[in-house]
Amino acid sequence: MKHTIREIFHSPKFLVGFSIFMFILLVVIFYPLFVTAEPLEIIGKGTFFEPGIYVNVYDGVNSKQYTLNLDDAAEKRIASKLGDQERLDMQEWLLSFGIPEEEIDIYDTEKLIELWENNYDRSIRFPGMTSARQKYFGRLNTSLAGLLSTEGIVLAAENQETGELESTGIIEQTNYLNVGQVANVRVLPLGTDNFGRDMLTELVSATGTSLKIGFIAGSIATMIGLTLGLLAGYIGGWVDDIIMFFTNLFTVIPSIVLLILISYSIGQEQRGAVTVAVVIGFTSWVWTTRAVRAQVISLRHRDHVNLSKLSGHSVGHIIVHDILPYIASYVVMAFILQISSGILAEAGLSILGLGPKTTDVPTLGLMMNWAMIYSAHIMGKWWAYFPVIVVIALVSFSMNLMNTGLDQVFNPALRE
Amino acid sequence: MKGYVKYFSGKLVWFLITLVAAFVLNFVLPRLMPGDPVAIITQRTVQGMASQAGIQKVYQQYAELFGTNKPIHEQFIIYIQNILKGDFGLSFSQYPRPVADILKSSIWWTVALQFPAIILGWLIGNTLGALAAYLKKGFDKVIMPVSIFISNLPAFGMAVVLLVIFGVKLAWFPTSGGYGFDMIPNLSWGFIWSVIVHYQLPFWSIVLIAIGGQAIGMRSMAIYELNADYVKYSRFLGIKDRTTIKYVFRNAMLPQITGLALSIGTMIGGALVAEVIFSYPGLGSTILTAVMGQDYPLISAVTLIIALMVLSATFLIEILYGFIDPRIKAAQTD
Repeated sequence: MKHTIREIFHSPKFLVGFSIFMFILLVVIFYPLFVTAEPLEIIGKGTFFEPGIYVNVYDGVNSKQYTLNLDDAAEKRIASKLGDQERLDMQEWLLSFGIPEEEIDIYDTEKLIELWENNYDRSIRFPGMTSARQKYFGRLNTSLAGLLSTEGIVLAAENQETGELESTGIIEQTNYLNVGQVANVRVLPLGTDNFGRDMLTELVSATGTSLKIGFIAGSIATMIGLTLGLLAGYIGGWVDDIIMFFTNLFTVIPSIVLLILISYSIGQEQRGAVTVAVVIGFTSWVWTTRAVRAQVISLRHRDHVNLSKLSGHSVGHIIVHDILPYIASYVVMAFILQISSGILAEAGLSILGLGPKTTDVPTLGLMMNWAMIYSAHIMGKWWAYFPVIVVIALVSFSMNLMNTGLDQVFNPALRE
Repeated sequence: MKGYVKYFSGKLVWFLITLVAAFVLNFVLPRLMPGDPVAIITQRTVQGMASQAGIQKVYQQYAELFGTNKPIHEQFIIYIQNILKGDFGLSFSQYPRPVADILKSSIWWTVALQFPAIILGWLIGNTLGALAAYLKKGFDKVIMPVSIFISNLPAFGMAVVLLVIFGVKLAWFPTSGGYGFDMIPNLSWGFIWSVIVHYQLPFWSIVLIAIGGQAIGMRSMAIYELNADYVKYSRFLGIKDRTTIKYVFRNAMLPQITGLALSIGTMIGGALVAEVIFSYPGLGSTILTAVMGQDYPLISAVTLIIALMVLSATFLIEILYGFIDPRIKAAQTD
């Protein structure tokens, strides 16, 4: 036993798969200890905030300010509002307006803005211009306002008694604040999802739930498969016939059909993560049954089993002591594959709208489902779906690597 | 001839048995669930309706429609009779459109998308797997890790990745639908072109997924065969490598065909989900609309059709296998 385990951990494929899997598992376990926020808490007002560091503006204004004289500050400020694309767009508008091309120099910022401010009129809509385009120019114009000013921004507060604004301070263009000193900073490494929930916290929690679903589904499938396979293989006769009839039946009847029918019949309200896992487990035992049965049949007439029979051991004793140890490696491998296919089955069901109920816990499939319903993929909100796919692929990739590694240890013929 | 007759009749009987089982499961599973399905359906349908008499009337109507007020064996006979007539009842969510009509408009999209994609993926995958086993070295080192990774990606993941790269970023192909949203299906060149363009992304995402899984299987099969005694023996005899390879791959192909028959259900299941990602107007999207619209008759009909599709495909592959596997022909001498 000790030797086998040592050999398993010498297999590079198994090690890589095991490391990836353990990393995911450890993150799922330890992340909630550091970030205690509720995974399904809606924090963002609006959909799909970009990943980044969110600094509270109110606290920022009131925190200690430092003066840094940096040469390229003004340049960067202008570039953030007025990139190459915006300059070309402005040129396009001005050309349509009738300004001759030689008068427009899009790289001379001052002249370009002056020309723009003198000529731009929000109400003009050229023939062939969509209203979305017209609105875009309106927004561009607003963002340009005061871009070249060198004055600071005056802060004001309303006087409680008179209702008048009183200046309380001024923010110069050279003022800086230290992010570490601002009271409220929230890092959203993966932004927010369509409901305004912290994607990373949700993703970690969803990975945990999905692993649990995979584990429950895998355990059920393996238990059923092992029991039926042992019965069919060892007892044989009519028991074998009946079990094999149903196994063959459910091999050809696609499990997705059973999953859809059962999940739908259970109904949205009763469908928790565990229920879904149980349903998946009960529809995916056929492969384990087949594999175990084939193994048991090849073992049934070995000498040590016959000897055990002659010694008067009971069927249970023979199965536990003379058969199970020989098929244990197959069962472990089948179990690993069942876990990963259980996770994939949940994801597929959820995308079809048949996953666990949405208010309870997040799962990888549900996150995918929400991202698709809100068209995150078409709107370019990569953080809402891409991390989910990566996690699903990594989990199933690591499981398969472990499986291949085990296979090579247990079946020396497969080693290269 | 005797071998063939025995093989084919055995397969036919098995096909009929699974067919009956599919009907029975489709009939029984929803009825096994706790609670009164008609009451649940009524409750879903009449949401927001205040009049108790009205609700009672809706309940009566559905009970009549499904025949739930009759004993179970009579219900089953009614169910079979209706299906044989092609009558799946009326859809709830697209009332009063018959379910058969909805199926008719979506099933061909799925058939035309999935079967060519799975077959092409199977062919390419097997070729690549065989080449990887034969050429080894560099080719194998590239093909294998890529195949393993791709085959671990779920079909919908591949669909999203292709959609974002080629549909959104590069904008080479449209992102959703089976044809341009501004078109009405007809037989003009414009429409056919639109269908072809919309076909590409869903098609290739299914092909790529199929390639990954098949290449891995074929590679280990071919490696196993390449080490077989007959290969070594023919090398001793000085038979050309080219001739031996032909036998090797023929032998390695056989289990791959059985493998296809066994995994076609899973493949179609995955591809249905990929259809949803592309809003392709096939059965996958129909399931989603049916689930969203609480459309019980539609779901039941779609699952039945999918089961029939998979069973027929499996049956066809097994028939084909009968012609290819020489052992079946040889069985007549037994």
